[in-house]
Amino acid sequence: MNAQTETSEARAEKLEGIGCKRKRVEDVRFTQGKGNYVDDLNLPNMLYGDFVRSPYAHARIKSIDTSKATAVPGVVAVLTAEELKGVNLAWMPTLAGDKQMVLADGKVLFQNQEVAFVVATDRYAAADGVELVEVDYEDLPVNVDPLKAMDADAAIVREDRTDTGDGAHGPRKHPNHIFSWEAGEKAAADAAFDKAEVTVKEFIQYPRCHPCPLETCQCVASFDKITGDLTLWGTFQAPHVIRTVGSLISTIPEHKIHVIAPDIGGGFGNKVGAYPGYICAIVASIVTGQPVKWTEDRIENLSTTAFARDFHMETELACTKDGRITGLRVYTIADHGAFDACANASKWPAGLFSIVSGSYDIPAAYCLVDGVYTNKAPGGVAYRCSFRVTEAAYAIERAMDIMAQKLGMDPAEFRMKNLIKREQFPYTSAFGWEYDSGDYQTALKKAMDSVDYKKLREEQKAKQEAFKRGETRELMGIGVAFFTEIVGAGPSRACDILGIAMFDSAEIRIHPTGTGICRLGTKSQGQGHETTYAQIIATELGLAADGITVEEGNTDTAPYGLGTYGSRSTPVSGAATAMACRKIKAKAQMIAAYMLEVHDDDLEWDVDRFRVKGNPERFKTMTELAWAAYHEVPAGMEPGLEAVNYYDPPNFTFPFGAYICVADIDVDTGETKIRRFYALDDCGTRINPMIIEGQVHGGLTEAFGIAMGQELYYDEGGNITTASLMDYFLPTAVETPKWETDWTTTPSPHHPIGAKGVGESPNVGGVPAFSNAVNDAFAFLGSTHIQMPHDSWRTWEAAERLGLHT
Amino acid sequence: MAKTQISLTLNGKQIEALVEPRTLLIHFLRDELKITGPHIGCDTTHCGACTVDLDGKSVKSCTVFAVQADGAEVLTIEGMAQADGTLHPLQQAFREHHGLQCGFCTPGMITRAYRLLKENSNPTEDEIRMGISGNLCRCTGYQNIVKAIQAAAAEMAGGQVKEAAE
Amino acid sequence: MIPGAFAYHRPKSVNEAVALLADLGEDARPLGGGHSLIPLMKLRLAAPSNLVDLGGIADLKGIRADGGDVVVGACVTQHEIIASDLLASKVPLLAEAARQIADPQVRYVGTIGGNVANGDPGNDMPAVMMALNATYELAGKGGGRKVAARDFYHGTYDTALQPGEIVAAIRIPDLGKHGYAYEKLKRKIGDYATAAAAVVLTWDGGKVGQCAIGLTNVADKPLFAEEAGRIVAGSALDDATVKKAVAAAEAITAPASDRRGSPNYRTKMAGVMLSRALARAKSRAG
Repeated sequence: MNAQTETSEARAEKLEGIGCKRKRVEDVRFTQGKGNYVDDLNLPNMLYGDFVRSPYAHARIKSIDTSKATAVPGVVAVLTAEELKGVNLAWMPTLAGDKQMVLADGKVLFQNQEVAFVVATDRYAAADGVELVEVDYEDLPVNVDPLKAMDADAAIVREDRTDTGDGAHGPRKHPNHIFSWEAGEKAAADAAFDKAEVTVKEFIQYPRCHPCPLETCQCVASFDKITGDLTLWGTFQAPHVIRTVGSLISTIPEHKIHVIAPDIGGGFGNKVGAYPGYICAIVASIVTGQPVKWTEDRIENLSTTAFARDFHMETELACTKDGRITGLRVYTIADHGAFDACANASKWPAGLFSIVSGSYDIPAAYCLVDGVYTNKAPGGVAYRCSFRVTEAAYAIERAMDIMAQKLGMDPAEFRMKNLIKREQFPYTSAFGWEYDSGDYQTALKKAMDSVDYKKLREEQKAKQEAFKRGETRELMGIGVAFFTEIVGAGPSRACDILGIAMFDSAEIRIHPTGTGICRLGTKSQGQGHETTYAQIIATELGLAADGITVEEGNTDTAPYGLGTYGSRSTPVSGAATAMACRKIKAKAQMIAAYMLEVHDDDLEWDVDRFRVKGNPERFKTMTELAWAAYHEVPAGMEPGLEAVNYYDPPNFTFPFGAYICVADIDVDTGETKIRRFYALDDCGTRINPMIIEGQVHGGLTEAFGIAMGQELYYDEGGNITTASLMDYFLPTAVETPKWETDWTTTPSPHHPIGAKGVGESPNVGGVPAFSNAVNDAFAFLGSTHIQMPHDSWRTWEAAERLGLHT
Repeated sequence: MAKTQISLTLNGKQIEALVEPRTLLIHFLRDELKITGPHIGCDTTHCGACTVDLDGKSVKSCTVFAVQADGAEVLTIEGMAQADGTLHPLQQAFREHHGLQCGFCTPGMITRAYRLLKENSNPTEDEIRMGISGNLCRCTGYQNIVKAIQAAAAEMAGGQVKEAAE
Repeated sequence: MIPGAFAYHRPKSVNEAVALLADLGEDARPLGGGHSLIPLMKLRLAAPSNLVDLGGIADLKGIRADGGDVVVGACVTQHEIIASDLLASKVPLLAEAARQIADPQVRYVGTIGGNVANGDPGNDMPAVMMALNATYELAGKGGGRKVAARDFYHGTYDTALQPGEIVAAIRIPDLGKHGYAYEKLKRKIGDYATAAAAVVLTWDGGKVGQCAIGLTNVADKPLFAEEAGRIVAGSALDDATVKKAVAAAEAITAPASDRRGSPNYRTKMAGVMLSRALARAKSRAG
C-alpha cells in the first residue's frame, strides 16, 4: 500500500480521528509516576504555608498572638488579616458578586475558616507553628439551618451585609438573604395548577456534598522582586480567569502574572475559584521574596473548599388525569454558606437551574430560588453539576416518579407520554431554553428494551406479593431517569464570568513536516484533552492525531479561555478547534489549487488530501501542503500554516440520557445492593468512545456515592462531622456497581462537529436513577419520597416508619 | 529532635539518609528523594495514593515513619519498568484498558496491583475488587482498573492479553 | 497531617521494651503496626514524646500451638492471621474477622496486639477475643501477668493495661469442634462497624452446647453479651430463643451517634447482626 492505493477507510483509520478509541497520550507519563502535579514542584528556597483555622463556626476574634509560632525554628512569617489589609487583600471578590474574607477579619463565620497563615522553611515547621498560634475567640450563636435562615430571630451571619438593600442580584429581604431569582411565567404556572386535575407537591432535598478530587487544592507562588513578575502554579480549572482576577485584586498588571496549571489530580468543579490559600501564598511570596507552596490536607479540602448542592426544593407538578403534564412549579432555598462563592456565570445566581422542566414538554413552568447565608463553608456550585443542573434534574425526575405513583402509571410510561418529541426540536422550553436536538423516545425505548423493562416490573410485582406474604425480607426497586442537561457555557449574550464572556479558544500551528501543536483555553483534570482534541484535528485536517501536541494551562502561551467545568470543553473549545482547523484547511486548499494549477473549486477533500474532482490521481496530502506552506505559497499569501479561533457558541448544547437502575433492599438492615445499572447517553458526535465510557463510569460512581451516602453534615453547633475520609463516604471498588453503557447519537445542529459534551451527564442522570430505585422499592407501600442520602440507616428508618419491622 | 540515620534500598538503589523520627515515609520519598510518583490524597490512611511496596508488603507510606523503613527494600511506581524502559505489564494494561484518567491514584494503584498479583496470580473479579479496596479512585469508577488488572494477570501468566470476560 | 516531634527507640527484646516504657513514663507509647497510633498523631490527637517501636522484637511474632491452645504474638499482622494455616484449622473466626478490618495495606502492617490493646470501641478484634474467651498475656517492667479479654476493657481508650505494660501475646483456648461467625454491618468494606457480632458456639445433638457472644462498636467499649449467650446455650436456636437473645444483647448496648446511624438503629443492628451470626455459626458447627 502506498499513498496512492490505500483506501480512504484505511487512511482514515491511521489518523485515529473522531470516533477512534485512541489510547491516551497522558497515560505514558501517569503510569510511570511522571505526572507533574503541583506538589511535585520543588523550587530553590521554597517556603511552605499552612493555615491556622477556627474551631468555631461563628465567633468574634478578640486577639491573635503569633509570638510563640514565630519563635519556632524555621517559621519565617505569620500573616493575619492585619497584614493583608495593608495590600487590600483581607477580603477578595467572589465569582458570584459577593466578597469573602481571605483571613478572618475580626470574626470567623464557619468552622475551619482561615485565621492565620504560617510560613516556614519546611512543612513540619509550618505545622508546628500552626499549633502555637494563640487565638482568643468569643463564640456567637450559630445558624446552620437554611430553612430558618430568614426567620426574624435567625442569627445574622454577615455583619457587613446587614442592610437589606440591593445585593449583586437585586433586592434582599433579610440580612441572611443573598438573592431571589426567578424564571418562567408565574401567572401561567399558577393558572395551570389552579385548574389541574391532579397535582403533587413534595419537598425534595439535595444534601450538601463535596467533589473530593483525590488531589486537594494547592499552589506555588513565586514573586520575582527584580522584574515584578508573579508566577503562580496551581490546581486551576480556569487558569486565565485566575490570572485576570489576580491582576484585578492586586497591583500586579496582568501581563506580569504567569499562571500555570500543570497536571491536575481531578477537579470536578472543586478547583474553579480562587481560595485564600492562593492569595496568602502570593502575599507571602511577595513579603518573603521566596517561592511559597501551599497545599491543603483532606480535612481542609472537605470542610472549606467549594462544596456542592445544599438545595432544598419544594417541587410541584400539575397533570391531567390521564397523565399529561400541564404545569411545574419549584421553590428552592439555596444554602451558600458564609460567603456566596458560587462559581456561576454572573447573570445566573442559581446557575442553569431553570433546566428543571427537564426532558418533558411542559407548557407552563415557574421557579424561584432564594439564596441564603449560613455558618457553613462558602460556595455552592461544584461536583460535576453544570451549574445546578444536577439539582434541577433530581427535582424533576423525583417529581415524575411521585406523579406517576399518584396517577397509578408506570414511571417509564408516564415519561414516554410527556417526553419532548423528535419533531419538536429545536424545542423552546417554558423557561426559554432552546434545546438543540434529541430523539428522546428512541433512547428511552432502547433503554427499556435493553434491560427487558417489562420483565423487571413483573419480577418486582411478584416480589412485592412475596414480601406481603412474609416470604422475603427483600424489596426490589427500579429507578428510571431521563435527563436533559444544558452545558457548554456559553453564548456571550447569556454567560460571563466577572464580565468576561464565556467563549473559548484554540490556536493551531502546523509545522513544515506536517505535525503540529494545538493550545487551548480549557484545562483537563483527567478528561484526556491531550488525546481527544488531537482527534478532532486529525479528522478535520487529515493529519495523524499522534502528530499533534496538545497543550493547556500555561496562560503565557495558551489563548484566552474560561477553563474546563460544566462539560464545556468539547462544546466550546472543541468547536474552536474545528473552526481553527477549517481556516487552516481553507488556506491549504488554496495552496493545493496553486500547486495543482486548478481553481479552488475544482478540488474535493478525501480524508487527508485535496484531489482534483474527476481526476483523483492528482492530489496533494495535507502533509505535502504543510511543507509547501513554508516555501511555496502563491504570490500575496503569507507563509505558514496556523490559525486561532475564539468561539462564541450560538447556544448551549443539550446532551441527554436514559438510565435504569435495579436495586434490592434488605429491609432489616436498610442496605441497598445495586443489581444492575444501565446508562444510555446521547452526547451527539462521539469523539473517543473509550474516553466517553470512562467518563460515564466515573460520573456514575460519583452519583452512586452522592445518592447512597455522601453528605457534609453540620451539627447544631456548626461543627462539621464528616470532614475526613473516615466519615465522608467514598466508595471503594467493592461497593461500586458494575456499569453498562450504551448510546444513541443525535448531533447538535449548531456545533461544528455536532458534539455536545458528556462529562457531567452521568452525575446529572445517575443520582435520580439511584434515588428513584430506592424510592420505587417502597412506593407500593405508600411511601412517596425518602430523602437522600440512601444510606442503610435512613433507608431502615423509612422502613421503620412504614411499619415493616414489626 | 535529633535525626536518625537510616539506610534502605529504593527501586534497587542503596539510600543513606538522616531523618527526623517523625518524618513520614511519604514525605521522605517525595520531598527528600524527589520520588514524586506516590501521592498524598488524604489524612486518615484511607485513599491509598501513597501506596509503596515495602519488604514484599503493600504499605501506605503516609502511615509509616521513614525510620521504620530502616533496612527495608522499597519499590515505588518509578521502579516498575525495566532498566531498558520496558513497561511492566500492569503499566501497559492500564493504558490499554483506560484504567486511569487524572492519574493521581495510578502510581499507588499499580503498585498495589503489583503485589496483589504476586499474592494471587489469577484473581477473580471479586478478588481484584477486594484486593484494591485500599485504593480510592474518583475518576474511573474502578471498572476499567479491574479490566486492566485482569489483562495484566493474563499476560503475566503467559496467555494472550485478552478482552476482559463479561 | 503532620505529627509532633518525638524521640524514637527500637528495642530488640520485650524486656528492653518494657524497661524503656517504664523509664520514659506516661508520655511514651509503644508502636506496633502504628496504624491506629500514627493516624492519631498526624491529627495531633496524640502527641507522645517517645515512641518505642516493637517491630524488631522476634518474641512478639509468631503463631504457635501450645498444648491445645493457640498463642498469637502481639506483633502478628492481620495479613499473617489470614494466611495462617494453623489458625485456619483451629480458630477460623480470626481470619473471618481480619478480612473485614480496614484494607489490604493496613492489614499488612496492623497488628493483632494493636487492635486488641488500643481501646477504640470500633476495633473489631476485642469482641472476637471475648467470644473466643481469649487471654491476653501482658508484659511489664515488674513482670508478666494475664488478663482475660472479657475483663480487659473498661471504656474508650481505657483498658486494664497499666502504664508501661504491653500485650505480648494472645492465648486462645482449645475450642474443639465449633461454629463461628463475625457478622459486621458497615457502610463500606473495611469501615468501622455500624454494629457487629462475634459468635462462637458448640452444637451437639440438635442443641447449642456453649455460646459466647461479643459485640463491636455499640457502646463505649466492646461488649461481652453474657446474658444473650446464656439464653442461647442449651437451646435449638429456635426463633423464640433467638429473639430473646437479641433482646438481651440490645439491652446492653449504648451506641454513639454518628453518620453511620442513630443510636436506636445501631442497637437494632447489633440485634440483626447477632441473629445472622448465630445462624451462620450454627451452619458451620457441623
